Amino acid sequence: MKYAYYPGCSLRGTGKAYEESLLAVFQTLGIEVQEIDNWNCCGATTYLSVDELASYALAARNLALAEREGLDIIAPCAACYLVLNKTQHYIRDYPDIKTVVIRALKKIGLDYADRVRVRHPLDVFLNDVGAKAITAKVVKPLKGLKVAPYYGCQIVRPYATFDDQGNPTSMDKLLAACGATVVPYPLKTRCCGGSQKGTLPEIGLDLIRFLIEEARRNGADTIATVCPLCQFNLECFQAEAAESTAPSMPILYFTQLMALALGASPGAVAFRRSLVKVEPVLAAKEIAYA
Amino acid sequence: MGLDRTLKYEADRDPEFASWISHTVGGERIRHCLQCGLCSASCPLSQYMDYTPRRLMHLSREGFKQEALGSYTIWLCTACYRCMVECPKKINLTHLMYALKERAIKERVYPKRFPIPVMARQFCAMIRGSGRITESWLMVRVFLRTAIWRMFGMRSLGWKLFRTGRLNIKPDKIERNDELTTILHSVAATRKELAI
Amino acid sequence: MPETVSPTNGSNGSGPRIGVYVCHCGTNIAGTVDVKAVAEYAATLPGVAVARDYKYMCSDPGQALIQQDIREHALARVVVASCSPLLHEKTFRKALERVGLNPFMLQMVNIREHDSWVHLDGKAATEKAKDLVRAAVRRVVLHKSLQKRRVPINPNVLIVGGGIAGIHAALTLADAGKHVYMVEREPTIGGHMAKFDKTFPTLDCAACILTPKMTSVGSNPNITLWTYSEVTGVSGYVGNYRIQIKRKPRYIIEELCLGCQECVTACVYKDGKTPDEFNLGLSKRKPVYLPFPQAVPQKVVIDPEVCIEFKSHKCKKTCVEACGDRKAIDFNQKEQIEEIDVGTIILATGFKSFDPLRNPYYGYGRFPNVYTSLEVERLINAAGPTGGEIVLRDGKKPTSVGIIHCVGSRDANTNRWCSKVCCMYSLKLAHLMKERTGAEVFNFYIDMRTPGKGYEEFYDRLLDEGVHFVRGRVAEVTDWPAHPSEKGKLVIRAEDTLAAFVRRIPVDMVVLAVGLEPQPDAQAVRRMFNISCSSEGWFLERHPKLAPVSTFTEGVYIAGACQGPRDIPDSVAQAGAAAAEAMALIDSQFVELEPYTAFITEEECSGCKSCIPMCPYQAISFVPEKKKAAINEVLCKGCGTCVAACPSSSIQQNFFEDEEIFEEVEGLLAYA
Repeated sequence: MKYAYYPGCSLRGTGKAYEESLLAVFQTLGIEVQEIDNWNCCGATTYLSVDELASYALAARNLALAEREGLDIIAPCAACYLVLNKTQHYIRDYPDIKTVVIRALKKIGLDYADRVRVRHPLDVFLNDVGAKAITAKVVKPLKGLKVAPYYGCQIVRPYATFDDQGNPTSMDKLLAACGATVVPYPLKTRCCGGSQKGTLPEIGLDLIRFLIEEARRNGADTIATVCPLCQFNLECFQAEAAESTAPSMPILYFTQLMALALGASPGAVAFRRSLVKVEPVLAAKEIAYA
Repeated sequence: MGLDRTLKYEADRDPEFASWISHTVGGERIRHCLQCGLCSASCPLSQYMDYTPRRLMHLSREGFKQEALGSYTIWLCTACYRCMVECPKKINLTHLMYALKERAIKERVYPKRFPIPVMARQFCAMIRGSGRITESWLMVRVFLRTAIWRMFGMRSLGWKLFRTGRLNIKPDKIERNDELTTILHSVAATRKELAI
Repeated sequence: MPETVSPTNGSNGSGPRIGVYVCHCGTNIAGTVDVKAVAEYAATLPGVAVARDYKYMCSDPGQALIQQDIREHALARVVVASCSPLLHEKTFRKALERVGLNPFMLQMVNIREHDSWVHLDGKAATEKAKDLVRAAVRRVVLHKSLQKRRVPINPNVLIVGGGIAGIHAALTLADAGKHVYMVEREPTIGGHMAKFDKTFPTLDCAACILTPKMTSVGSNPNITLWTYSEVTGVSGYVGNYRIQIKRKPRYIIEELCLGCQECVTACVYKDGKTPDEFNLGLSKRKPVYLPFPQAVPQKVVIDPEVCIEFKSHKCKKTCVEACGDRKAIDFNQKEQIEEIDVGTIILATGFKSFDPLRNPYYGYGRFPNVYTSLEVERLINAAGPTGGEIVLRDGKKPTSVGIIHCVGSRDANTNRWCSKVCCMYSLKLAHLMKERTGAEVFNFYIDMRTPGKGYEEFYDRLLDEGVHFVRGRVAEVTDWPAHPSEKGKLVIRAEDTLAAFVRRIPVDMVVLAVGLEPQPDAQAVRRMFNISCSSEGWFLERHPKLAPVSTFTEGVYIAGACQGPRDIPDSVAQAGAAAAEAMALIDSQFVELEPYTAFITEEECSGCKSCIPMCPYQAISFVPEKKKAAINEVLCKGCGTCVAACPSSSIQQNFFEDEEIFEEVEGLLAYA
């Protein structure tokens, strides 16, 4: 299995732990990835607000680069995943947009024939590798660790390609395959506030508080995320959002938990990147992490 | 007491704006909106908006341009897509929010020093300049243009992120950045040619 | 003044004399097609003795025109170029008949639905009309005299479905002296209405007004009531249907059971363990049970899935003991198949309510205190699972209730239509809940739909009672508190669109006003009875305005909610209408069948038997003595399959013989 890998800007910055653990999981599961050469920022949700057509063209450059290699793309960051998928859809559905994009790509020597598929790691792990195969490779089952799976918005809405929109379960299944106990989490697809927290601090706090409190109420030890921005929001502002006596809630990437279960090195599991430490919880559950 | 007229004459409407939003990408079904309010009810940010998403849709399709473009609503939208997915008339609300944002930026209609449009433009400028986003520098650029003292308030967080290796000082850049410039020029040219 | 165009075709020759009539149809045809030009052209065609155009051919003077010409010009064939034959073929055929010309000497040309109504280019439309008329003129020469067949109509009626619509239709027909077979799938009749507590807008007790009618059905000598039964096969045609019915075993001998329910009391199960269907799972029943106290027929049923005797054959059978001398219980009862002959069928199979599990955001099934409207009807009902006290699944008594309108309706994600009755029943439930519990009641609506008699006045009454009305479609019901006042409650989040801000309203109980949908087996049922359905799955009426109870299949009528969402008064009215139309058919005693049947030219039949399995109506049989096939005219529906299949072309179809069709085709192609 070989795929084109599109990390996205955040995975090189605040989302470093995501990339480190993701690459370790790829390696353990035998998934070969090739980073798209000289990929550019997808524009996230922001470029679309400024110049829609330019945004599609810039995102499409990455699609075309992967298509040239004949590989499907794995895009771990939820925003990148959505933008690339959206770009594909709009190019298909609106002839004017297609014209603009194809012409722009031609000018830099690239073609785009809608042959590349954009996949999320959850999709690849669950459907291409399979939960059984993953369980077989688990060396450190996460027994007793209660995890609330937080999907956020952009991998299930508006395009629900590999999971249910109202109640997705792909991450639930993968975490269960690693031996963890997945707690019910009705807010699993509720928005964390995205980039609003950075720009409008007063607003983001309420949203963050509900998410964390609800996870705690359902007995979660930690929340597993798929999006660098969700992880950032939930982790970095939880102290501000919560009531002062509330204990802290570690926020991890699901790949970190998978990497731990699959026996990756501490460097790859990347707990050192967390601001809210998860080690005390793991120690209490007697799950070795070093 | 400072009473203003709230009555709207037909002259206060902008028919071009109404027509634009019905014909722009995503606005095809805006006339089907029943004003049921499901979008506002499902929106996690609607509790802070001056005009709820439902109300904004109606204002827009009726052509009340100033109210629509000058609202906080379009900037508060995080594009979580819940409204669009749940809308019983299948109206592409999220895309319309993007369209309104784009138009507001173009026409420079937004609250002064409101951080979100500033962030949007800085984001795009950074992509045009280096091809990728370096989060740290993006935040600096936004704070410099909006509220410098906020940077001060974030210093503790900034330090923690730096210590855990999540704050890059060195800006990320791609090679062949000129390809992006070429793309942008081509888009502008085709846009003009197709008059879209 | 209608124009006569004198024939210029020099035809006073040997062929039959043809009259061609081109209708203006007001501006419907004449607005696009140059009707005068078409008439003039028709006059040039061989065989045409008379060609006219007129404003409304179907009117009395229009028909009189044709009749006069038949007499004066000795016409033997008539071509009318006007609207669709579905509309007026009968009209013109009758006109011909009245002056002694065989009605099948008529050929209609559709220059409205097939021409003026579908083309914008007038010149091209006129040319097309001319082509069509030419083709018809050539065809009509070959028409033969045909006679309609008369078949008697069996006066018995089959009514499928024992809800209020079926019941009313049955009583109407029975009172008129017709024998009715009523087949109901459940062990009792009564349908959805039996489950309601009160009905809007009068707040009549549903059972009080329904049960007398149910009893009448049970005791009427003209009604054969077969409950716990299903129709499994339908064959035949209007006036002559043969129906196969499967009667499921109750394991009770109906004639002997008195409905005393001593067996139920004596059952080895001390308490019920199976979710009670009538109470929608809110209470439990035993394996032997009476569906509800006023069930008709008043007979118990044994559920073989949970009865110990069926599972282990080792039960003490205290029920048999309690039944004593009556000996009404029979564990060996088998399924029975009945076959009956009826002339007309009325389908009154009703609706299904929307399953709220399809809307996961409302929390049905996740939160115990979220109910559907039908479940609440049972809670409120004095004969219901809680004896009429509103007690929630977790034992609480609600101090606040939220009623959410339009669940599953008016939504592109589930059902697009408005279910018509939910606003009214939500108002009714709001009134009843408030009266019964004194709780704060909130109705979350989008539009308040109160179109019926007394409905808007009922809404006025509610407005007086202090129920809160919030205009906003609810997005979600959650149980996590965002504010201290919300702890332990279910929170409804909706935009109060009239106030233009979003509100979170904590309640103890949520009621989902679920919409109406076609029954899950509607497709299977309608295929069995050979009727159409709409794209949403509702049974299709013949015409939405003018024929709401008949279907495109003669002799099959529909009544009640199986056709679309409706309230009780409309269902009853429709049931009466269906009964009346069925009666009209029965009392005319004969139905005339179109003579479009197929016939075999015996000399040419080779006895290959290719046609026999082809016939969907099993109308062809093999006559071994002659070694030829023979067609039963009575069963033949004129579908034409055998005509096409016969390898030696020895089967032809009346009115659609090969020569007639070829001539018509040649006529069309002769434009060149």
